[in-house]
Amino acid sequence: MSLHLEATIADRDVDVNFDVANGETVAILGPNGAGKSSVLAAIAGILRPETGRATLGDDVLFGDGIWKPAHLRGTALLSQDALLFPHLDVTENVAFGPRSAGRSRAESRSAATHWLSEVDASELADLKPSQLSGGQAQRIGVARALAAEPKLLLLDEPMAALDITVVPAMRQMIKRVLMDRTAIIVTHDALDAALLADRVIVMDRGRIVEQGATKDVLARPRSAFGARIAGLNLMSGVAEDGGVRTPDGSHVEGLCAEPIGDAETAVAVFSPSAVSVYLEPPSGSPRNVFEATVTELEPIGAQVRVRTAEVSADITVAAVADLKLMPGTRVYLSVKASEVSIYA
Amino acid sequence: MQVPRWVLIPTTVGAAFIVLPLVAMAARVDWGSFFSLISSDSSRTALWLSLRTSAVSTVLCVLLGVPMALVLARTRFRGQTLVRSFVLLPLVLPPVVGGIALLYTFGRKGLLGETVDVLGLQIAFSTTAVVIAQTFVALPFMVVSLEGALRTAGERYEVVAATLGARPTTVLRRVTLPLVLPGLAAGAVLSFARALGEFGATITFAGSLEGVTRTLPLEIYLQREVDPDAAVALSLVLVVVAVLVIGLVRGTRSSAL
Repeated sequence: MSLHLEATIADRDVDVNFDVANGETVAILGPNGAGKSSVLAAIAGILRPETGRATLGDDVLFGDGIWKPAHLRGTALLSQDALLFPHLDVTENVAFGPRSAGRSRAESRSAATHWLSEVDASELADLKPSQLSGGQAQRIGVARALAAEPKLLLLDEPMAALDITVVPAMRQMIKRVLMDRTAIIVTHDALDAALLADRVIVMDRGRIVEQGATKDVLARPRSAFGARIAGLNLMSGVAEDGGVRTPDGSHVEGLCAEPIGDAETAVAVFSPSAVSVYLEPPSGSPRNVFEATVTELEPIGAQVRVRTAEVSADITVAAVADLKLMPGTRVYLSVKASEVSIYA
Repeated sequence: MQVPRWVLIPTTVGAAFIVLPLVAMAARVDWGSFFSLISSDSSRTALWLSLRTSAVSTVLCVLLGVPMALVLARTRFRGQTLVRSFVLLPLVLPPVVGGIALLYTFGRKGLLGETVDVLGLQIAFSTTAVVIAQTFVALPFMVVSLEGALRTAGERYEVVAATLGARPTTVLRRVTLPLVLPGLAAGAVLSFARALGEFGATITFAGSLEGVTRTLPLEIYLQREVDPDAAVALSLVLVVVAVLVIGLVRGTRSSAL
């Protein structure tokens, strides 16, 4: 179900206009206060834009003198706080959507059981929300949103409040359920965008400052915020011995969030600031080392981003001078396995 | 905060001021004939009438007060502050004044009197009048208690429920009311207590007919002239009820989410 949105929200100074295609996942990135959550609230029917128009499939959500109330929109919203109904147990929470849609008690329960297994939380079915950890509660939140069979799924920083140790597994689960689903995810983590979204919209001070295919925006950000969050090194290939074998033959070691079977497609992700640059092959502790040629040197704040064909490194100006780096220099780029995350 | 020592003096005086009269009354109770005093025909009739009318008033307070609290806590409209002030008026109005106001509304010559007459009802000086007087004075307790609970609970869960496809009535039934149930229970208990103790509006608007409008407080007031021992014994019954009410309210509050 495709979404078209144009809206101005005066008291948050938001003015946006974008589309989401059927089956597409769009990530909205941006600093705090950029108006990302207001945009989701306007789509969900929680906040009333002054002007604008939104359609979801053939339905007008607002505009043309129409205001469709939240419960008729088919846009389930999950925020950083799962907000599970405290007086209902986990199964009743997940069954809430189907029940509200008029399905029978038995049908709703079986739908709840199905969605709980989809988020790997079947064993939590009989617990009360107060007995769950933050990560567990958020899994149930995802199941509850999906059980409502939304035409458009809205995720507002779903992992922002979670303990960092549970984020990788949660991200993996969200990636799985977003497959072929029309969804918008608001995040300030480039990794979410890189792994979950087909397309990225960058917002700043209530305006869209940049949008495009995820890999384009992250590789060549044109906005200041885009540059700050982007530049993640992504090396894709197939899984091998808990690492990733890239098409050019390099093997990248890293930490896996969840076990990945050999020969599955996998991606290794690491930050440029975790990469060191050498002129000679480094020796010592086990590291990933890639031989490359410098293509570009780009100042970013007090640092310099050293770009090569595939991997970028952020190093100090002093180090650049010390190594006498310039485009065309042959270098060895090294990153510790513990700094690399590997995802299926 | 470090409390200055001297505040203990007025605190003690204040506490004694509340407790001493109760002790004094308990000391006057003729324990030997306590049960025969509170189980005389007129006492039992009055107690039974009080319990019945207070129960009906409490139900009316729930039926009227829940929607009122919802509108006050969950909507915004012009003149809302004014409406809230009027809802609270019976709380501060002398009950006798309330009784007179009710008389000129539902009485035979009152504003709605003729309408009520056409329907073949005679409200003033009937048991119905007792219920109306009690509901009039008790309703603000329900509204205030529930409005506070609704504001504390916030709208976040209701918003989530709506985005999951729940109609407003479903949200009210399955999310809002279960979440404010402790506040609702506290409001109901307070309303019941206020209705049970109602005197001024009742005697003005409903009179004091034994078995019809003479509730326990009215009975106590009359007995004080003829049989002070019975009045004291019955008063003690109301004190016990009051203590139970406070216990119930504290219980529901502490189990609040």
